[in-house]
Amino acid sequence: MNRIEIRLMSLILAGLLAACSSTPPKEQSAAAVEDRTAVETAAALQASAPSTQANAGAGISGKPLVDRQALGGVSRSQDGAAALKDPANILSKRVIYFELDSNVVREEFKPIVSAHARYLQQNRSTKMSVQGHADERGSREYNLALGQRRADAVKQMMEVLGAQSDQVETVSFGEEKPVAPGHDEDSWSKNRRAELAYPND
Amino acid sequence: MIFKINKLIVFLGVLSGLCCGAAPSLAQLRIEVVGGGASQIPIAIVAFKSEEGLNQRITPVVSGDLVRSGLFKSVDVGGINPPPSEPEQMNYPQWAARGAQVVVIGAVSKAADGRYDIRFRVMDVAKQSQIAGYVYYANESQLRQTAHKIADVIYEKLTGDPGVFSTQIAYVAKRGYQYQLQVADADGFGGQSILTSTEPIMSLSWSPDGQRLAYVSFEQKKPIVYVQSMRSGGRIAVAAFRGSNSAPAWSPDGRRLAVTLTRDGGSQLFLVNADGTGGAQRLSQSSGIDTEANFAPDGQSILFTSDRGGGPQIYRMSVNGGAAQRVTFEGNYNTSPRHSPDGKSFAFVQRSGGRFSIAIQDIATRQVQVLTDGSIDESPSFAPNGKTILYATEVGGRGVLAAVSSDGRVKQRFSINIGDAREPAWSPLAAEH
Repeated sequence: MNRIEIRLMSLILAGLLAACSSTPPKEQSAAAVEDRTAVETAAALQASAPSTQANAGAGISGKPLVDRQALGGVSRSQDGAAALKDPANILSKRVIYFELDSNVVREEFKPIVSAHARYLQQNRSTKMSVQGHADERGSREYNLALGQRRADAVKQMMEVLGAQSDQVETVSFGEEKPVAPGHDEDSWSKNRRAELAYPND
Repeated sequence: MIFKINKLIVFLGVLSGLCCGAAPSLAQLRIEVVGGGASQIPIAIVAFKSEEGLNQRITPVVSGDLVRSGLFKSVDVGGINPPPSEPEQMNYPQWAARGAQVVVIGAVSKAADGRYDIRFRVMDVAKQSQIAGYVYYANESQLRQTAHKIADVIYEKLTGDPGVFSTQIAYVAKRGYQYQLQVADADGFGGQSILTSTEPIMSLSWSPDGQRLAYVSFEQKKPIVYVQSMRSGGRIAVAAFRGSNSAPAWSPDGRRLAVTLTRDGGSQLFLVNADGTGGAQRLSQSSGIDTEANFAPDGQSILFTSDRGGGPQIYRMSVNGGAAQRVTFEGNYNTSPRHSPDGKSFAFVQRSGGRFSIAIQDIATRQVQVLTDGSIDESPSFAPNGKTILYATEVGGRGVLAAVSSDGRVKQRFSINIGDAREPAWSPLAAEH
């Protein structure tokens, strides 16, 4: 086989993997298939997601990419839902942590919000909820409002990144549902959070 | 000698209402007094004649109530034979020698209708005369309540303020993943669960007539405000709008509640009807968080928490809306305002150096007194006589209820034998009727 044939075989293989397995058509999971072209395939399946590796496979014809994009579109609703639970996929990351008295989404958590926003953009019928939480200190009612503000901040960012307003419902549990039981900063920092939840979680 | 005995009958409508659909609870609160008043009245409470035959003796409850208030000091009554039960049996010099200023005497007998006849007199040792005397008729299940009423009479006669021993407290008990809305006597006795849920319950608020309790429940996976009847146990959702519904506060006439809603965006104050009819009328207009409304006793204005200026501070505004005036200026975190019953001051939570304490501010002078030194004190609630503030704190990692006198001198701690206790709310005086 010549070089082009190897690449095409790889593409087909990657396409089959994307279509048949529960592996989601995403950059992160595709990276597990150790092939430059596989990465490119994944990028193609995600029409709206810019990829810095797009130019890497300049020698490949457009046709298979277009086909797989269509294929990916068909399988997306199934594979996409599975992506939400795939530990290797960023969509499985569901918690965004906040600083004290703050509702600013920190830089390190923006990729998570961004990935979920993209997912909602690609799955217009999908709805999800963002649950805001606060640490135990101070007024329970004020903390309820703070948790709401955190959830709303995440929702706003998702809307900017392509999600529709009616896809994201926000709710706050204030300080009522801590994940860390301690009474120190270590626990408090884990409890100041927003959690992303889908109906079938 | 004057024999003035007023006849009162114990009405226990609220208690009988509680029994309907309310399961007895294992959780029992016990109170430990941590401090004491500056000047305590030395009082001798003599066991009532024939009370030793009762399943529920009267005088230990009366004595417990008075001593826990921090305003009374118990004088030993041992060794006086026979113990007096009538005024003519009083040996005043003997009581004076023991340091007693006041002696309480009484007797229990069976009335013609089968109920207990419980009569008592409060005797002034210096003046050698009766201060007060009453007779109560009560059945077996009302003996403890009768004892609280006797303590109320003694407290009012000797301090000039209404006693609150016959009132009730509501709080949330959390055990594992179970939340129980409990109602107990003011001494922590007889806790009954009126709502059990696996989702959080918070922000309890008694209606001014003590017949209804408003609260926030997450049972529908989001905060909704309910009003529950103490008598029937029935309830209505008074605020279940899109978004979050919380922070219920009764208007003094009991017809409306101020609540915090997020239906228009951020957390803002609204008014809703207490009977669940009609919509919500927006009260505050800010881009920040406005929450924790609390009506002034005259019903004309509310205090509330807002972070419109940065951190959370307490503001006042008219119930007709309009501009709000900031009223707290010390520190960068002041929340949870609650008017005193006389409307002259308000209790709130103040953060200072990372610690959360209960404080009280005089409305006219703006003078602030920090009352507690806990690290995580919250949810202040005034006793209906304004003399004591009930609040939630934490001891050894567990939530407990505590109380502090509004002058900061007397501190009490309510210990719950299982789980966490939080979100206390003291009932109005009317709850006993």
